[in-house]
This record gives sequence, structure tokens and C-alpha cells, in this order.
Amino acid sequence: MSAVSVTKDEDTAPAAEPLVVLDNVNKHFGALHVLQDIDLSIAPGEVVVVIGPSGSGKSTLCRTINRLETIDSGSISIDGRPLPAEGRELARLRVDVGMVFQSFNLFAHKTVLENVTLGQLKVRRKGKAEAEERARALLDRVGVANQADKYPAQLSGGQQQRVAIARALAMEPKVMLFDEPTSALDPEMINEVLEVMQQLARDGMTMVVVTHEMGFARSAANRVVFMADGRIVEEATPEQFFSNPRSDRAKDFLSKILAH
Amino acid sequence: MFDFLDLERYDLVGAFWVTVQLTVFSGIGALVWGTVLASMRVSPVPVMRAFGAAYVNVVRNTPLTLIIVFCSLGLHQTLGVALMGGRDFDTINFRLAILGLAAYTASFVCEAIRSGINTVPVGQAEAARALGLSFTQVLRLIVLPQAFRSVVAPLANVLIALTKNTTVAAAIGVGEAALLMKDMIENESDAVLLVFGTFALVFILLTLPTGLLLGRVGKRVAVKR
Repeated sequence: MSAVSVTKDEDTAPAAEPLVVLDNVNKHFGALHVLQDIDLSIAPGEVVVVIGPSGSGKSTLCRTINRLETIDSGSISIDGRPLPAEGRELARLRVDVGMVFQSFNLFAHKTVLENVTLGQLKVRRKGKAEAEERARALLDRVGVANQADKYPAQLSGGQQQRVAIARALAMEPKVMLFDEPTSALDPEMINEVLEVMQQLARDGMTMVVVTHEMGFARSAANRVVFMADGRIVEEATPEQFFSNPRSDRAKDFLSKILAH
Repeated sequence: MFDFLDLERYDLVGAFWVTVQLTVFSGIGALVWGTVLASMRVSPVPVMRAFGAAYVNVVRNTPLTLIIVFCSLGLHQTLGVALMGGRDFDTINFRLAILGLAAYTASFVCEAIRSGINTVPVGQAEAARALGLSFTQVLRLIVLPQAFRSVVAPLANVLIALTKNTTVAAAIGVGEAALLMKDMIENESDAVLLVFGTFALVFILLTLPTGLLLGRVGKRVAVKR
């Protein structure tokens, strides 16, 4: 790992007050040091795509941002407030952070509409009519309005993932986390989910996307973060990263995935 | 042949009515208390987890007869517990029997529900937490509803066992089926086999439909993934 050095690009330095700040974050899974001295700032409206080989810690990084994974040291703050450890404070902060999972995780015993209204009713304390109106609007936006009364198991993977995006958006989050949102999908369903994400990025949503979709990274990202072995190895604009990676580890990674 | 079955002398219907009441009341109590115990066992608070585990392991491994007799001799006669001011012997012991049966059965209900909680994929709770729901909301709205649906059949087993366990209440003089049976065995000694057969048959009539019905309910409400 001696050859690995962090290279940052000055052009991408955020001008506004950053929305998400990770400062010197470390985490271990037993003997495995999955996150090593992670520093990352994400500006409002920025789309950060995290890529890297399997086991590099990118999913863990994503999950620490709303504390689905605890951290051993360092600090994480969202919109200037440090992430609380437990309890109601943490729950309140999570409302501002939408999350989309690899395995969709729609509530299996609730209809699509109920999935999208649940958080609004129970956390945001909205009225039923208002919550349903917003839910239907969001389902329409992600293109599954006609599936509102079905159960998740009756939908295709792509449809389920789009509902999951609508469910997260219903909470009006300040930032959206995507943890490999297309990795569990059939190839023909990947695009329908990516299109929704592209639209979201164009609308100015702050996004952290862990993905293997290099096409999405190229077209939608403001910044690419390349991780390997628990470290951020390289940060750059997509053009720079894909055409002219600086670290050997990134060159090696790109040569493998872009070979065919 | 059925001379022994003198319904004027032996209140068979009344005795089994008490059995049904014992089952229903202690069943409700066990379901509520068992759910609370299961919630404790999965809670993030170590003290609650420890209490839940200790309760289940002590109560589950104690003979029911001991618990029921303790309720009468220990709780009532020694410690003076009279539930809701019941005055006469019958009412007090009936209530104490319900308490004992519920406390005992709750440990089995708890373990059935906990196994149901384990069938709910961890992502369901993660997604709920990510929406900003509190621990109790996650449990109440997402995890327990799915857990219950997957353990209807095991809970039916617990309910059937409870129905039959109510016979232990005879040990503290509650006038349910087993107490009447003891009476009849003494008085109708020439028809002992028929007495046994009659009581066995009525118990089967009580429990068999329970199992069949809840088996169907379980299939109907199962969560599709």
C-alpha cells in the first residue's frame, strides 16, 4: 500500500458550506480496518459517486453517514450538526438523510402507497390526505403510479427500487445515499433506475452514490471518489478520473473494468 | 352404557366452560406479556435483554404445577395477593390460575415471536430506521407485524398446549374439566375408561379446530417476499 497516495483535485473543492462532513473516520470489523482516516466533504447539490473494488469499504462508508454502521473514531456531521450516537436525536437526523439499499428493503407487509406514506405519517406527522397526495406525486415522478396498491413482492426489481427512491424522497431529505442501488437488478432494469437517479441529480439533489455503473459516474457525477482497502485513494472529476487516473491502484482498477 | 354421564349430577358443560375461560383469558395475557418479553429480548438496552432472557429461562424450565401452586400458596396465602379484591375461594383461585398460566405460557409465546422476528430480514428494520422511525416504532410498525404473520402456526401449538395445561389448575381447586374428571373417576369407577374417553374427546373437540383454523390463517396472512 506504500504506492497509494491521496490525490485531490482543486477544481472540485466545494464553495458553499458543506452539507456532509466526514472527518478522520475510522472503523474496524474485528481485525479488518474497513475505513481508514476517511476525510470527505460534500457540498449541497453535489453528486459524489464512490467506486472501487469489492471489500474496499465503500458500502460501509455510505452506511456510516446515517449511522447504520457505527464508527470507532472521527466525526461525521450533517448540515453542521454532529451525528448523535443513539436515540431520538439520531432518528431526527436520519429524517434528513434518505437511503436507498441494494436489496430495496420495501416493507413487505405494506402496499407500495403505504411504504411511501409511512414515514410522512409516523415521523413527519402529516395528515393522511396530504401524505397520500405527496406519495402519489412521487410515485408518478418515478413512473410507478399505477402500482400504488400492489405489494412489493408483486413488482419487478426495477419497480421496487424506484418505489424505494420515492419512499426516501417522501421525507424531503437534504441528502440521498444510494448503496449499490442497481447491483441486485437484471440488466434491463438498471436503466430505469439510473434514469430516475439522473433526473434527481439534475434537479439538484445532494447525492452520495456507491455504484459499479461507470456510465452513471461519467454522466451524473460532479466528483468521483475512488476507494481501495478502506482508504480514499483518489478524488477527481469524472473526466479526469476516467481519462487520466493518477494513482496506480485506480489505473489497475479501470484497466480491469474497462477492458471489454 | 352412558349411565355414568349423568349431566344432572356432573356439570360437564360448566366444567369445560371454565376450561375455555381459563384458556381464553390466560391466552390473551400470555400473548400480551409474551410480546413485551420478546420486545425486551431484542431491545438495545442490555438490562431489558437480560431480564427477558432470565425470565424466559427460569419460567420455561419450571414445572407448571409448581407455578400454579405457588400462585395459590405463595402469592395468595403467604403474601396476601388477592387479584382485584376477589373474595371467595373460587374466584381468587380462578384468577390466580389465569395469572400462573399466562406467566408460564408467555415464555413460550416470547420464544415463538422471537423466532418470528428472526425471519424478518435485517434490511426491513434498517430501512425503517433510515426513515427516522424510533426503536419502538420500528418494532411496532415493521418488525412485529411481519414476525406475527410468520409464527401463527407455532403460536397455535402454544395455544393448544395451553388449553391442555389448564388441567393443572385442578391442583388449586379450580372447578375445570380435570377436577370434574377426578370426581367422576372416583364415583363411576366401573366406567373409568369411558370417563377418560369422554374427556379426551371433548379436549380434542376444543383443540383440533383451533389448530386447523389457525393453520389456515397462518397461510393466508403469510408475508410474500
